[in-house]
Amino acid sequence: MFTPMTSQRVTTEMAESSTTSRTAAGHVGVVTGTRATKVVGVLAVIATAWLVAFGLGFSPADRDQEESVRILYVHVPTIWVAYVAFILTAVASGIYLFSKKHALGFDRFAGASAELGVLFVGLTLIVGALWGRLTWGVFWQWDARLTTTALLFVTYIGYLAVRRLGGDPHQRARRSAVMGLLSVLLIPLVHWSVRLWRSLHQDATVLRPDGQVKMDGLMLFSLFVGVVAFSLIYAWLVIHRTRVLWMEDHESEHGLEAAVEHRRAEALETIGETDG
Amino acid sequence: MKRVRIAWTIAQKDLRIEVRSRIVTNQILPFAAVIMVLFAFALDSDSVLQRVAPGLVWMATLFSMIVLVQRSYAVETEDGAFDLLRLSGLDPVGVFWGKTLALAIQMLLLELLLVGTAILLYNTSVSGEWIAGLGILGSGWVLLVTTLITATLGLAAVGTLYGGLAAGFTGRETLLPLLVLPVVSPVVIGATRAMESAFGTAGAVVSEGWSWTGLLLVFAVAFGTAGSLAYGPLIEE
Repeated sequence: MFTPMTSQRVTTEMAESSTTSRTAAGHVGVVTGTRATKVVGVLAVIATAWLVAFGLGFSPADRDQEESVRILYVHVPTIWVAYVAFILTAVASGIYLFSKKHALGFDRFAGASAELGVLFVGLTLIVGALWGRLTWGVFWQWDARLTTTALLFVTYIGYLAVRRLGGDPHQRARRSAVMGLLSVLLIPLVHWSVRLWRSLHQDATVLRPDGQVKMDGLMLFSLFVGVVAFSLIYAWLVIHRTRVLWMEDHESEHGLEAAVEHRRAEALETIGETDG
Repeated sequence: MKRVRIAWTIAQKDLRIEVRSRIVTNQILPFAAVIMVLFAFALDSDSVLQRVAPGLVWMATLFSMIVLVQRSYAVETEDGAFDLLRLSGLDPVGVFWGKTLALAIQMLLLELLLVGTAILLYNTSVSGEWIAGLGILGSGWVLLVTTLITATLGLAAVGTLYGGLAAGFTGRETLLPLLVLPVVSPVVIGATRAMESAFGTAGAVVSEGWSWTGLLLVFAVAFGTAGSLAYGPLIEE
């Protein structure tokens, strides 16, 4: 029921991303798409179509959760991909910080990956709240996992804000690399404390998503399709986003130079005309 | 200079500035007191206030802490003092500890005021019963003081670290709360529960509170270490 809406949203997201890349490409004269990314993009679309077919059509309704179980085919893969995205952000941050070369490429990848991580956690939270309303009767439970996820979301919004603080690319890269690593340190600490908090103030019943759902084969397969689809969408977006970030850096570095050059050429042209 | 001496010098410098400028005593402490009064307006019930007093003390601490951290770095960025500090070649770990210590001392002062306000205005009291077998650890006062110190060290470390990150950039006033508040959520959980035990709120007993100070200690050690490692790369730009 919710799958087509979400997949549509992701496709618009993809469309938006490619328009930005086109306008950015107009400035620099480089495109973000290559043959490889086109293949990934087409595969992502196919996998999304599959997910719609399996998630909404072929997979059966759950005995307890009925049709709302279909939400999980979006809910679980998005959080899974978000975790991977944040881990990759931390890895890229570590490589930037500790390698001798301090390659900015890793920093841009870290930034792109964190942006997508935030996007996917956001999706998880929204979709999860809808599922919670149908299954638990409330949008939100102060369950350890939910609370940690919400804090994870806010933490990485903070990380993205730090990336926009300004300064030259290497300043930005070092600052955000430290932030990327700190955020990863924070997550287990937050999760542990939130679990302690809940264990002493246990609510009557918190239906946990794990262990409750006995998965049948087709459901598990649909979930697997979801994981593949969202991983491909992530891969497609992260490549493009990293390249757009490269263009932004390139633009801010050489944009002024190019503009001055352009003006000078114009001026010479005018002088030439008056001479003639 | 040795690290500890650097830390002590920096802390003395920060505290001396605060003593002379009187900003903390004349503006920040009254601000914290106003928050406590407004909480009473918002919740408007003696029993509710008594129940949530420990949480309110820590929320007021966090709000005031944001102001204190901003103040701590506003002093540095004025007249390019922070740049000079960076160029002075002082060990950044020492600088971090020094600023953390100065911030912690100011916050402890603030928390004492807030606890006092909670006792006066919210009709709470520290449970003083002496439990046999626990000895001095059974006293609510000892738990309260330990909680205040461990929680404050963790908060001050986080404040100094993230304050240094945002110092000198436009938009730091709005960025700092966004960065700091999610990070200190474990302290809010741990310190509130521990203080509930110290106050005997809703039947909480003192012995329960000690396990929460463990969480606070882990947090303080984690961010003390992380800050010592990260502060240098962050400010050396």
